[in-house]
Amino acid sequence: MIDKSVATALQAVADVFDGARVLVGGFGTAGMPDELIDALIEQGARDLTIISNNAGNGEHGLAALLKAGRVAKVVCSFPRQSDSHHFDALYRAGKIELELVPQGTLAARIEAAGAGLGGIYTPTGVGTPLAMGKETRRIGDRDYVFELPIHADFALIKAHRADRWGNLVYRKAARNFGPIMATAARCTIAQVTQIVTLGELDPEAIVTPGIYVRRVVKIDGATQNNALGVAA
Amino acid sequence: MKRHDRAQMAARVAQDIADGAYVNLGIGLPTLVANHLPADREIVLQSENGILGMGPAPDRDDEDPELINAGKQPVTQLPGSSFFHHGDSFAMIRGGHLDLCVLGAFQVSVTGDLANWHTGKEGAIPAVGGAMDLAVGARRIVVMMELMTSGGECKLVERCTYPLTGLACVSRVYTDLAIFDIDRNGVRVAECVEGLEFEALRRMVGFAALRDGRS
Repeated sequence: MIDKSVATALQAVADVFDGARVLVGGFGTAGMPDELIDALIEQGARDLTIISNNAGNGEHGLAALLKAGRVAKVVCSFPRQSDSHHFDALYRAGKIELELVPQGTLAARIEAAGAGLGGIYTPTGVGTPLAMGKETRRIGDRDYVFELPIHADFALIKAHRADRWGNLVYRKAARNFGPIMATAARCTIAQVTQIVTLGELDPEAIVTPGIYVRRVVKIDGATQNNALGVAA
Repeated sequence: MKRHDRAQMAARVAQDIADGAYVNLGIGLPTLVANHLPADREIVLQSENGILGMGPAPDRDDEDPELINAGKQPVTQLPGSSFFHHGDSFAMIRGGHLDLCVLGAFQVSVTGDLANWHTGKEGAIPAVGGAMDLAVGARRIVVMMELMTSGGECKLVERCTYPLTGLACVSRVYTDLAIFDIDRNGVRVAECVEGLEFEALRRMVGFAALRDGRS
């Protein structure tokens, strides 16, 4: 029998090792797997490379992980925000490495990894500092930059509902990076508001098929909403 | 002269958006355009965090932290709206499926180069977001910005001094003083605010090749 549900967030992240590459879902606070990150802080893994769209907002989620000094490198598209003070301080102090990636290129590199591709040629960034030192190629009448896939050891994502096979549906704009990150990690861990009986999710509406998901942990809905209630 | 305020600039941009257009509004100034879309046109707003058919800001009681725009502000969804993941969102953007994107800018050059992500200053933290993807992907890119910096320097320049976002991608620039069209023949003034003479504008912009395109 397949049962991917795990009792607690701490159990779900127990094997994250020092130096791991971790994809973290979310766009701002929407879709940020706060409770999995809290568990990761408690678990203690360090020297992590975090791949996420932002570099933390306010005091929760990714911001708290950065504040705890567990992150060696951030790969993201938009670190600078009005409430990204923990990242800002670490970056200015030279205590964290930043790889800046255009948002669509970040998505495409993650998708490439999940789909088993060796990279992508994208028109994004041609002629800009973010393409410097990278291979470019003319295809048809247009120039493209070659970008490598982004693989990870773990993906921490947040979805709305799951079943024990790990099938996932999301809620509104909290979907963002979740479905593509789920494909690109060796171990994808999803926190969800509800785990329903197998067969209850409409197969036509399942966004992430369970094959991509290793573990599912139910987080109390109220907690999840409270964590989200922090202003973006 | 009657300099346009931000709401007037946004209304002027909105006036040019066609019925049925799929549009992405960049964060900052362009977001204001959403408040001025003509009521008699169906214009579908895309937000790169995975929404098509985005509606206006909700009442405070109806805010949903999982329904936000690219600037992370609460929004609503209109009938017919859809949600999708970031891969699909940027396929829409990069794949040329958006009719229009309105972006803010630090500088735009006479050849349509765009600089809007990084000042390049020492200690500044760079953040690019989706700007580079939008710049290469939308069928038409227009910029909305104040023409002059607070220090009195023109942001429409012969050559961008800030790091570039995209090359030769901007075709129109809406400002508080004038509207400029950019094509392979250079820059033409399409409109000036009331009371601003073309020669006075040319002196502000500071390049002789500026042409008066008004009929």
